Amino acid sequence: MALMVTVSLPLLAALLCWIKPFRAFAWVLTVVCLTLSFALAIFTASRVLADGIVIGIARWFEADGLSVLVILLVSFVCGLAAIFAGGYMHHGSQQTTRLWWFYCNYNLLAFALIIVPAFASPNLVWVGVELITLFAILLVGFENTPTALEAAWKYAILTLMGAPISLLGFFVLYWAYHISGGGTVETWRGLYAAASTMPPNLLKFSFLLVFVGFGAKVGLAPMHTWLPDAHSQAPTPICAVLSGIKTSVPLYAILRLLSVILASPEARIGNWMVVIGLFSVGIAAFLLFQVRDYKRMFAYSTVEHMGIILTAAGFATRGGESGAVAQLMNHSITKSLCFYTAGAVLVVLGTRQIREVRGLFRLSPFAGGALLLCSLAIAGAPPFPIFLSEFSILSAGLRSGHNAAVIVLAILIVLAFIAIFLQINRMLFGNPEPASTRVPLPASVKTAILIAAAPVVVLGVYIPGPVHSLMTLAAQQLGGH
Amino acid sequence: MASAQTQLIEGLNALDAGLILLTAFGMVATRQVQGVMRFFIVQSIFLAISAFLIGFNRGSIHLIALGVITIGAKAIAIPLVLKRTLPNDLYERREINQVINIPSSLLLALLLAIAAEFLVGPLVSVSTDPVVHVNLPIGLAGILIGAYSLVARREAIPQLVGILAMENGAFFAGVAIASDLPLIAEFAIAIDVILIAVVIGVLTRDITRTVGTTEAATMSELKEEPYEWR
Repeated sequence: MALMVTVSLPLLAALLCWIKPFRAFAWVLTVVCLTLSFALAIFTASRVLADGIVIGIARWFEADGLSVLVILLVSFVCGLAAIFAGGYMHHGSQQTTRLWWFYCNYNLLAFALIIVPAFASPNLVWVGVELITLFAILLVGFENTPTALEAAWKYAILTLMGAPISLLGFFVLYWAYHISGGGTVETWRGLYAAASTMPPNLLKFSFLLVFVGFGAKVGLAPMHTWLPDAHSQAPTPICAVLSGIKTSVPLYAILRLLSVILASPEARIGNWMVVIGLFSVGIAAFLLFQVRDYKRMFAYSTVEHMGIILTAAGFATRGGESGAVAQLMNHSITKSLCFYTAGAVLVVLGTRQIREVRGLFRLSPFAGGALLLCSLAIAGAPPFPIFLSEFSILSAGLRSGHNAAVIVLAILIVLAFIAIFLQINRMLFGNPEPASTRVPLPASVKTAILIAAAPVVVLGVYIPGPVHSLMTLAAQQLGGH
Repeated sequence: MASAQTQLIEGLNALDAGLILLTAFGMVATRQVQGVMRFFIVQSIFLAISAFLIGFNRGSIHLIALGVITIGAKAIAIPLVLKRTLPNDLYERREINQVINIPSSLLLALLLAIAAEFLVGPLVSVSTDPVVHVNLPIGLAGILIGAYSLVARREAIPQLVGILAMENGAFFAGVAIASDLPLIAEFAIAIDVILIAVVIGVLTRDITRTVGTTEAATMSELKEEPYEWR
């Protein structure tokens, strides 16, 4: 029951924002509904920890450890981004008369994001992932400027092209399940159980199609080209959602399917995942040196992290799986903080260009401090959570004998670290241009940054017991155990 | 008697598959935006016919329902939605500068169809059902040709139709290999397809108003330029 309410609250919020008398309170409604949804997600997580699985509607809506972890992340990021949007959109958007529409569409996006991990049936997961893509398109183009519309169009074409490809993949998966003698309704759990009896050729073909289709949505290289455009042009709260969680949710679907494939004895594709993951990390690490726009910089860092998660899952060992889960979680909380900070810098200075930002520490100590913190965290400096998860992934790779991959990954991570710091260094220090006008930060922006920074600081030094057991449970389910 | 009927239906399905492939070629070969749209509607009707035929053959209510949903969504709802959201003059356009000219495009489409046949060759051997042997390669060919026209086209609406034609290809394979998919999933997928048309329609309208062109491929302001280090 709690699960059903958790996933339907954003839909309720979207409906309310659409009704005329409520349009003026769209922001309050959004924040209240999404916060409630987060609270209920915590409750659901506690039930999952107690019982192992929570069933909303049997064989349709079920949440195990991995699902509930993603649900928690979605509601956390979406709720905070909504709080952030309050001050930011009223201040930074040119489209203030259409704000109710923004929140309506935003809630639909949050609904699509939160429902994907709750679906027990892979076919419905496809529908959910497509809904995410569709609801995000108009939000990317919300500002209606030529560049925003160009970004929205690129995003739409590249990601929608993946839709029919992955659809065929899910049809083939269903076919394989059927041949192996499964029932009429396939669920993730049913797939694990049937994995060893399904024809390996069909499984591999289906995974290939789903991987190509969903990989475009995750932003894996070479299908990442929409990502920096969309992430630099969309309103900043949308960037936080897109980068923090929207890329992780299709990746969640890929990882779920990957664990089914890895459970089949003849379909060995783990090493391919390592190679493709490393390719994404490499592309991102080198492009990070080239960026001129700090929002694009964080976008490329997302490509890097998605690649790291895929590499870790490709190791196909317990250590790799728990590393992938930890990285998925740490990426979401840290990357959303990065975009809130980027939004704050944009509010203060009104420019996205790195070279036009000088001496941020003197202009706005709050934004400067937040930028330093989030860049350290996202680049993977100790003692932040991403350092821990990257370290555990590297050591898991060594233990499973992927020595070459670990060396390459370590070099690329260090390169990305250097690139991010070369860029950030130019923004933080030096003398600000005297003519620049500075705008005070809205309270909701500061609040969102402070709340988002708390888990980033805490989880690096201390992981609370329930969080640790949830991560362990999720990692086990990622391995299909 | 029953086997003669089955054979007839399988024959008709094979004919239908050929017609679907022909409409896919037609979309590649047409310059007029309106013409591309018409080919898409015809292709959707052929898809529904295949669903009816296989549904009748296997006694599956699901497939009959899927055929009805397909006609409702793709042959009626999507053209209506696009007519409503988009200004009429978009339909009367002709695409002058295509990336690749039409004869070469057709040749490439033919190569893609042959490639699809070879790609799924090892896969269809798991089934003895002749319908699978027809629908899976043609469906994959539909996807590949749709993807190709998406890359080669410059106007917004033909690009959208390319995505929808890819969806048709996926479904054409789907009716043969996943014939008893839960109806709710099929229904959700149909709604999803209509939503694609709505969202792309609205986006195209916004682009026409703000940028003044629907040659989406000409928009290329966002890219990475080398950073000059100072």
